[in-house]
Amino acid sequence: MKQPFPFSAIVGQEAMKQAMVLTAIDPSIGGVLVFGDRGTGKSTAVRALAALLPEISAVQGCPVNSASPDLVPDWAQGVGTKVVKRATPVVDLPLGVTEDRVVGALDIERALTRGEKAFEPGLLARANRGYLYIDEVNLLEDHIVDLLLDVAQSGENVVEREGLSIRHPARFVLVGSGNPEEGELRPQLLDRFGLSVEVTSPRDVPTRVEVITRRDAYDRDYDAFMAHWRAKDTRLRNAILKAREAMAGLTTPASVLHDCAALCIAIGSDGLRGELTLLKAARAQAAFEKSTTVTRAHLRSVAAMALSHRMRRDPLDDAGSTARVLRAVAEVLP
Amino acid sequence: MIDRATIALSLLAIDPPGLRGLWLRARAGPVRDLVTTAITSPLPQRRLHPGVADDALFGGLDLAATLARGTQVFSAGLLNTPACLILTMAERCPPGLAARLSQALDQTLDQTGHCLIALDEGDADEAPPPALAERLGLFLDLSDVVWSDAPALTLDAATLQTARDRLSTVTTPPDTIAQLTRAAASLGIASLRVPLLALAAARAHAALRGADAVEAADLRLAAELVFAHRASPQPEAAPPPPDTPPPPPPEGDQRTESTQSTDIPDEVLIEAARAALPPDLLAALNAGRAARAAKGASGTGGGRAGNRRGRPLPSRAGRLGTGARIDLVATLRAAAPWQPIRRATALRAAALHIRPSDIRLKRFVETSDRVLIFAVDASGSAAFARLAEAKGAVELLLAAAYARRDHVALLAFRGTAAELILPPTRSLVQTKRRLAGLPGGGGTPLAHGLQMAMATARQAQARGLTPTIAVLTDGRGNIALDGSANRATAESDAAQQARAIAASGLSAVIIDTGNRPQPGLQMLAALMAAPYVALPRADAHRLSAVLSQALQ
Repeated sequence: MKQPFPFSAIVGQEAMKQAMVLTAIDPSIGGVLVFGDRGTGKSTAVRALAALLPEISAVQGCPVNSASPDLVPDWAQGVGTKVVKRATPVVDLPLGVTEDRVVGALDIERALTRGEKAFEPGLLARANRGYLYIDEVNLLEDHIVDLLLDVAQSGENVVEREGLSIRHPARFVLVGSGNPEEGELRPQLLDRFGLSVEVTSPRDVPTRVEVITRRDAYDRDYDAFMAHWRAKDTRLRNAILKAREAMAGLTTPASVLHDCAALCIAIGSDGLRGELTLLKAARAQAAFEKSTTVTRAHLRSVAAMALSHRMRRDPLDDAGSTARVLRAVAEVLP
Repeated sequence: MIDRATIALSLLAIDPPGLRGLWLRARAGPVRDLVTTAITSPLPQRRLHPGVADDALFGGLDLAATLARGTQVFSAGLLNTPACLILTMAERCPPGLAARLSQALDQTLDQTGHCLIALDEGDADEAPPPALAERLGLFLDLSDVVWSDAPALTLDAATLQTARDRLSTVTTPPDTIAQLTRAAASLGIASLRVPLLALAAARAHAALRGADAVEAADLRLAAELVFAHRASPQPEAAPPPPDTPPPPPPEGDQRTESTQSTDIPDEVLIEAARAALPPDLLAALNAGRAARAAKGASGTGGGRAGNRRGRPLPSRAGRLGTGARIDLVATLRAAAPWQPIRRATALRAAALHIRPSDIRLKRFVETSDRVLIFAVDASGSAAFARLAEAKGAVELLLAAAYARRDHVALLAFRGTAAELILPPTRSLVQTKRRLAGLPGGGGTPLAHGLQMAMATARQAQARGLTPTIAVLTDGRGNIALDGSANRATAESDAAQQARAIAASGLSAVIIDTGNRPQPGLQMLAALMAAPYVALPRADAHRLSAVLSQALQ
């Protein structure tokens, strides 16, 4: 089985890579939204991220990837007590998926053949403690969006259907991608994404050539290519693990909190989610840079991705929101 | 065209996973059959249709067979083994299926992958979903091929096998990648998947020729087959390719000693791509893409009953077919009273006796999206009177449309004809930009404007949207349908179109943008069975309130 294209080998798209690394360090930042044209490496980056992420320990065969045997839900049958290392789950949520595939439903196979009432877990269960990836998220049907909003908020999936009454944890990092030309995203869903980045096709020919060259090398000469890049991926993975540990020892000066609040007031973001995400992202960035205190520089480097989608937006305004955030940053944080 | 079809099919047969597939635009008929029967592939062929269900794609329990036999019967999924998938009616492919197929095309199975042949029978305004079309390497348009001109099309299996064996040894001169990338960039192709597909096509063609390395002819052919249909109609003023930075040397084991120079100017590739297709087809394809792009979510429009998603309706007895979902509780409830009788007559002991007649299917009502079609009068009289105000009104309605997640379409009529400026889309930024750039002047072809509004509404209906027409005009139609400046004919034509709109039951509103209310326009509104609103000289928000009310 071929490994996905390595994360480190993705050319350019620094903001997207930075955002993904930050959520890998601190999953509570709450997901990444990647908006941009087709063929800019959005899907490639998500699949690469799956291979890059550190392994988690989970009970073998547990449908919700529980960390220890006492957390395995009671409806799950035939689950042992053995805890194994497994890759962080990255689950695809395709467009046009039905509701019962997402939340889970009665296991019809067992109900009809054995006459047992059993729960067949859905995609949300599989994504627990991992990533849920939605390509073309702006085209997702509204009733599925409603479901996701609720679960992403509460971290728990409640199934009340077909005579079943079941709840299970569903904490996942939401990763969405889409093309803004094809439709807008509902503001409620937009708000659930911690970070948002815009990607564009590289404009200069040498960069584009480099992208094609690497991809071609991956397709044609897989072994040599992977040998070269796997080492870099491993280094990045270790850096993520180190940053996770460093998060605990990080000090956050009061002035940084003040800066967060001032920045959010300046751009007029709704609610307080903006401040929280900004702070978490800045802390993850500081930990990744091996710094012991969070500084203004860290805030600056994450401000655009944490805030650009939280501005009260005029649907008819065509000025880029990233530019507006950067302008506010320049004014508030001199 | 048939020569190109032969080459395209050969390339696809040589490297199916590399080229990903073929977008074949042709009406069903002998010419298309000629091509489809010639498809050969090392992979097994599987046929799909746009309504194919998940269990057919991914496999799973065959419920009907399981119930009949009493033991579990599983069906194999189409996507589980590498296959050459043939998607019929690709222009009707729903976004959900397109997403699944795109994912399948990106996957690698057993060192190889799927390839997809999309049979597109669409008109000018229809095309396969962009996510899918983008991944298919090759494009063929057989619309203009006449059966009498089409010679037999045969591919020699032995030649193809030789080429397939040779493929892995074909080398690529170091600057090939740079040439293809530059050519793609100058044609306005942003996606980076495309040069990769072109590279695969060039390699396959080199293998077909029996050559050891990719040469200029291979690149030219790859540009024709892969780039041509993706080029944007007006490529941005391409900056001259920078000549200072040398392209980085490719990695990997590409041996360079065998290369004879393939230095062909990029212009040659670009010209090859440009010459390959007539320009109007390109515009049509792009319009079709934009028109289709916004499909996918459910919104505020009318409802239609289905069995897949939406709000639940009471379940109903029925047979398990493709796509139908069983309502298990209702099924068991239907079976419950019969259990003692069935147990008594049953041949084998079972906890539960279910007959196909017990099966109840779920039904859902799904609301379709609403689309607001703005027909804006941009004629001279309107331009001098209140075009700016009409634009302001449309912008306010756009904001309301955004709040309700409606689609919008924009058409303008001026001079001698109406023009569809923006096919139905959800992108308000784009609509606003087009609206701002709308010029005014010329006659008032009101009849043609109404005709086009109705055509757009009909198309939207066919796609499952619920259309509403908003006509903004000062009502002095003076250009007849045939383009002649005859006021009497123009008025009778407009009245006829208005009656046609009323007869087709489309909801509409007429907004009078004249300096004072026009009695003629009120009569037209009555013919159209549409509310009539005189654009008040008021602040924009009151105006928007009036319009929203009229549209409810």
